Amino acid sequence: MFSIYCPHCCEYREEEEFHVVGEAHIARPIDPEALTDEEWANYLYMRKNPRGLHHEQWLHAIGCRKFFNVTRDTVSYEIKESYKIGELPSCVE
Amino acid sequence: MADIMTQKNRLSSEKHLGRINYKKTLTFTYGKKTYSGYEGDTVASALLANGVDIVGRSFKYSRPRGIVAAGAEEPNAILQMGATEATQVPNVRATQQELFDGLVCRATNGWPSEEFDLMSYVGKVGGDVMSPGFYYKTFMYPQSLWKTYEKVIRKAAGFGRAPKERDPDVYDHIHRHCDVLIVGAGPSGLAAAAALAGTGLRVIIADEQSEFGGSLLHSKELIDGQHAQAWVESMSAQLDAADNIVCLSRSTVNGYHDHNFLTIHERCSDHLTDQANHQVRQRMHRVRAQWVILATGAHERPLVFANNDVPGSLLASAVSTYINRYAVVPGQSLVLVTTNDYAYQTAIDWFNAGREVVAIVDTRANPQGERAQQARELGINIIAGSGVINLMGNTRVSAAEVAKLDETGEKIIGQVQRFNCDTVASSGGWSPVIHLSCHTGSRPIWDDTVLGFLPGETVQQQLTAGGINGCYQLKHCLQQGYDIACDVLAKFNCEQIPKPSFNYVTDIVEEPTMALFHIPHTEPTSRAPKQFVDLQNDVTAAGVEMATREGFESIEHVKRYTALGFGTDQGKLGNINGMAITAKSLNKSIPETGTTIFRPNYTPVTFGAIAGRHCGELFDPKRYSAMHQWHVENNAKFEGVGQWMRPWYFPKAGESMQQALNRECVATRSSVGILDASTLGKIDIQGKDAREFLGRIYTNAWEKLAVGKCRYGLMCGEDGMVFDDGVTSCLGENHFLMTTTTGGAARVLEWLELYHQTEWSNLEVYFTSVTDHWATMTISGPNSRKLLAEISDDIDLDKEKFTFMDWRAGTVAGVPARVYRISFTGELSYEINVQANFGLFLWEKLMEVGKKYNITPYGTETMHILRAEKGFIITGQDTDGSVHPYDINMGWAVSEKKMFSFIGKRGMAREDCIRENRKQLVGLKAKDPNQVIPEGSQAVNDPDQSIPMDMLGHITSSYWSENLGHSIAMGYIKGGLNRIGETVYYPQVDGLAIEAEICSPIFFDQAGERQDVG
Amino acid sequence: MLDNYSAPIAVMNLLPADGNVKAASPLSHIAAPENSDEHQNICLKEEKYLGHIVLRGNSENESIKKGIKNILGCDLPAQLQCSYCDNVSIRWISPDEWLIICASDKAYELETALRKKLSGHYSLCDVSGGQTLLVLSCNHAQEVLMKSTSYDVADCHFPVGKAVTTTLAKSQAIICRKDKNTWELVIRRSFSDYIWQWLQDACFEFRVIEC
Repeated sequence: MFSIYCPHCCEYREEEEFHVVGEAHIARPIDPEALTDEEWANYLYMRKNPRGLHHEQWLHAIGCRKFFNVTRDTVSYEIKESYKIGELPSCVE
Repeated sequence: MADIMTQKNRLSSEKHLGRINYKKTLTFTYGKKTYSGYEGDTVASALLANGVDIVGRSFKYSRPRGIVAAGAEEPNAILQMGATEATQVPNVRATQQELFDGLVCRATNGWPSEEFDLMSYVGKVGGDVMSPGFYYKTFMYPQSLWKTYEKVIRKAAGFGRAPKERDPDVYDHIHRHCDVLIVGAGPSGLAAAAALAGTGLRVIIADEQSEFGGSLLHSKELIDGQHAQAWVESMSAQLDAADNIVCLSRSTVNGYHDHNFLTIHERCSDHLTDQANHQVRQRMHRVRAQWVILATGAHERPLVFANNDVPGSLLASAVSTYINRYAVVPGQSLVLVTTNDYAYQTAIDWFNAGREVVAIVDTRANPQGERAQQARELGINIIAGSGVINLMGNTRVSAAEVAKLDETGEKIIGQVQRFNCDTVASSGGWSPVIHLSCHTGSRPIWDDTVLGFLPGETVQQQLTAGGINGCYQLKHCLQQGYDIACDVLAKFNCEQIPKPSFNYVTDIVEEPTMALFHIPHTEPTSRAPKQFVDLQNDVTAAGVEMATREGFESIEHVKRYTALGFGTDQGKLGNINGMAITAKSLNKSIPETGTTIFRPNYTPVTFGAIAGRHCGELFDPKRYSAMHQWHVENNAKFEGVGQWMRPWYFPKAGESMQQALNRECVATRSSVGILDASTLGKIDIQGKDAREFLGRIYTNAWEKLAVGKCRYGLMCGEDGMVFDDGVTSCLGENHFLMTTTTGGAARVLEWLELYHQTEWSNLEVYFTSVTDHWATMTISGPNSRKLLAEISDDIDLDKEKFTFMDWRAGTVAGVPARVYRISFTGELSYEINVQANFGLFLWEKLMEVGKKYNITPYGTETMHILRAEKGFIITGQDTDGSVHPYDINMGWAVSEKKMFSFIGKRGMAREDCIRENRKQLVGLKAKDPNQVIPEGSQAVNDPDQSIPMDMLGHITSSYWSENLGHSIAMGYIKGGLNRIGETVYYPQVDGLAIEAEICSPIFFDQAGERQDVG
Repeated sequence: MLDNYSAPIAVMNLLPADGNVKAASPLSHIAAPENSDEHQNICLKEEKYLGHIVLRGNSENESIKKGIKNILGCDLPAQLQCSYCDNVSIRWISPDEWLIICASDKAYELETALRKKLSGHYSLCDVSGGQTLLVLSCNHAQEVLMKSTSYDVADCHFPVGKAVTTTLAKSQAIICRKDKNTWELVIRRSFSDYIWQWLQDACFEFRVIEC
């Protein structure tokens, strides 16, 4: 079970308080209608699933109900950092 | 004393300094006989005291087996415990179960009994019947053959059984957080804990044994001039007194998970009684630790040689434990076979207990260590450069065959000598207990000096001390424990504490252990008598060699092929020997062959401890509405909707479900029905951009919805597929109340927050869940207005003033309320919302006043029927995440004109979403009006088409409609909206096909006049 | 009843003026355990019929800070804190959310008063019917919580005055430590029966041992 730092509560909390949402930093296209079906499908479905550092969006569901991002190593499950929506990760490969 | 007479292997109290309380005699039942033991005994020590040699039959060959070890690593003495059916516990290791008065247990393996076993004839005559890879090979056969084998195997295999009655005991969980968790309270763990006492760090120290001390509980060494046991007692007292330390004995740290999360299985009352009588029997501690110190020690490795499984063949350290800790000498005459110095202590202990040591057989050519010298001085016969190659005896060792070995230990170079004895103790060195370290994914590393695997690199905040590091000398173990505690203190920036003085006995000089795992026989391994590697799974050296001959080169494959390391002991004794034999036969080194990986749990955990109090009524939360008590008192049958318990229907005495539904449906359409709709999700939305936000989230338009008005909305995902729906009302220019489906409430709120927080944070809007705040009751039917008028005088109910899809505020029966004129039945309906504390009052009032209108409470099933009569969908039932609004003929709820590209717009414009012949939701009418088409049935055009048939779509909702006098259904048909009036067929499992006509899903009141009657 | 259909936000006093209307709290169907001397080890009770108001807004918004101080006489609590003042308490829920708890008959009054003082983007939402307050007090309260939540409730980590939204068994609660041995749990109405049963069950071993 993970121990996850919530950047809004500024505390480590147990994983059961959180929901994982998916890959972070996938912005909704400004003008969806301008996109081809393929481009839209890329936005909707294509995800990185890397071996190693991964930026993920989490929700502190049973807590402050804020979304935030974490950088996690998908091999060791080590969480390198938590940061707020709109911020950039400092751990990148 | 009479009972000492029966405990023939028990030492008298004058001679003994161990942990047995001679003053307290306990009686227990093993199999059909009653025995006695003492307080402080384990079942194993008590059985050995009573001279019980056989504790079970082996898994595959059904050979008699005796106790081998004295702790968690025991492979044979696996018991079924329990005095009553309800308290049966399988898989109990006799070596870890403390004795209590009245304990009842029996061997788990052995049919019909462990002492006379039919299966052993299979083992004797047909060793090859179940060769290695037996299961694997058998599964490869045709199934018919498997069935034949299965009958025999099922009967003979397995370790115990589950109780057939409900467990009466209480199991519990507790969450703990600490700075340091010390696993193991042997010398290293105790030294570490002692150094951390009083530091202000939060420390937990846990040990699986009944008391702290680990190996010190049977040690003869001195610490600080005291006997080891006295030192342990004073340390334990110190730790108990320290308020920063939680001491957990009888507590096995079973799992080491991510981010230093560990589970500890504490057996609170298993040592006292069979049934805890409402006290907590076992407790799972769920621990989050900043740092973990593994001081888990090491397990002694047995040597592999022919017939090494005969009862009376034990681990050397186990023999010492039984003598020194439990005052039990498990035999009369001992042969010790060893590759190392440490095991000499066992012969010395045996000698000091006044029994005969026949010989010490040392595989090393010239043992000169300090303990060897001690043994020599006692006059014990030491046979160097030799090994025990075979044991004689069937149900008990009668003799050991000894032969000279070459320098490598791989070849016999001399004559075989026979020594009569009844006990053989063996020691092939020690294997560090690295299990917990492995749980975290850390790969262990082989060490040629230690002759064992050591913990590998880890990402956890983990430290190790003592035996787990291959450090076996008491002095060094204590020192490592202390040093590691100092390291931890430094990590927390605590000031280092002064070094305590441990005045040990002089260092005992030991010579290196010989790297020998498998002692050869005069015959080649494949023809020699069975040489057991894994006792619990009956894996032999010949079997492992055969696996490698058959091409299994990696230890992972050998393991699965032979079953090495499976079972309740998870190969604690056998794994390393198995790897060594594999390596040798592949002519590789042990690390080249692979590593051994252990997974949670370290020892078996009961289901009770895993479940804790999350069982029975508390298994999952049941959510109740404010009117729940009334429903219970009025005989509602309930249906789980998510975690909510909703009334399903309200049968009257003698009514069947269908009769109750028919009555409820007819009463609602003919007069008035009442539904508890409190469970619908409700979200309060405030802010100047609330309207804009709704427009982006819903598919339809919201800019013109006036205050006082309600609107139905569809919610789609970005893929354009419908995922929730509901009515949203405009409470004020910047204020809306959104309703969601009962099951979708949490998801929808999360969805709104997701888009607000991550995409449109510039919009000024806030969402607050008010699901539980409002109690909601819907009165529906032609008389609902009359009913409402009788108990509300401040709302103008005039049909022109309070029109369909309006809401009004007022009081109903004196309770402030918001009343919404919306309808899910097609009838004139009012949804009355009051603060939940007044819900029950108002409901009862409505029932009382409504009596004259025959007001009829109805549940979810009638609601489903009534809405289906009107063709209204239920998201999640009539939609499944693969349909967009046009598929369900609700294009009217999509506003293509909206400026903003609302969620779902782009998705439902994808090529696949606009193609012809998509499945579309339509009504279906069975040709036989009495036939209700089963939900899930697939439509076909031609019922006589050969399989596979072309399937057109499935039935999503199907009911008997008493109001219409025929069955009704909704379902998907490819291109269905263009096929109204055509016939399709629904083949059933009985081979018949139900004929149905495609029709409009609006079966009742197609003009929609009834919601505006009166 | 409704102030005004033309108001941008619809605020309504949901308490009946009619004295004949009977209220039922989320746990009123459960008989309160006897508070005999032997059972003093654990005390679990429901503080019924309190006013609960959710405040959302930007914590930098001065009108919110001042308005709260002014009307409630209480400071807006900082992260993971609870402010207790006369008859009112405020719990921090998230950086832009607080829970105000007051006497039931004050909820409407406070909300309307606050709406007059506050400006900018904020929301106030009465949720009085949707939740209730449990008070768990006694020397074993901490252990009962350790059995129920994975959150660390030790003195060093959960001092008096702290407020935390976290898991409670398979539900959730806003846990607040009022004083050394008094813990307040704000729970949702629909889960209250489950949580009550859970806590009763968790308390059981302490009653039995002391009796």
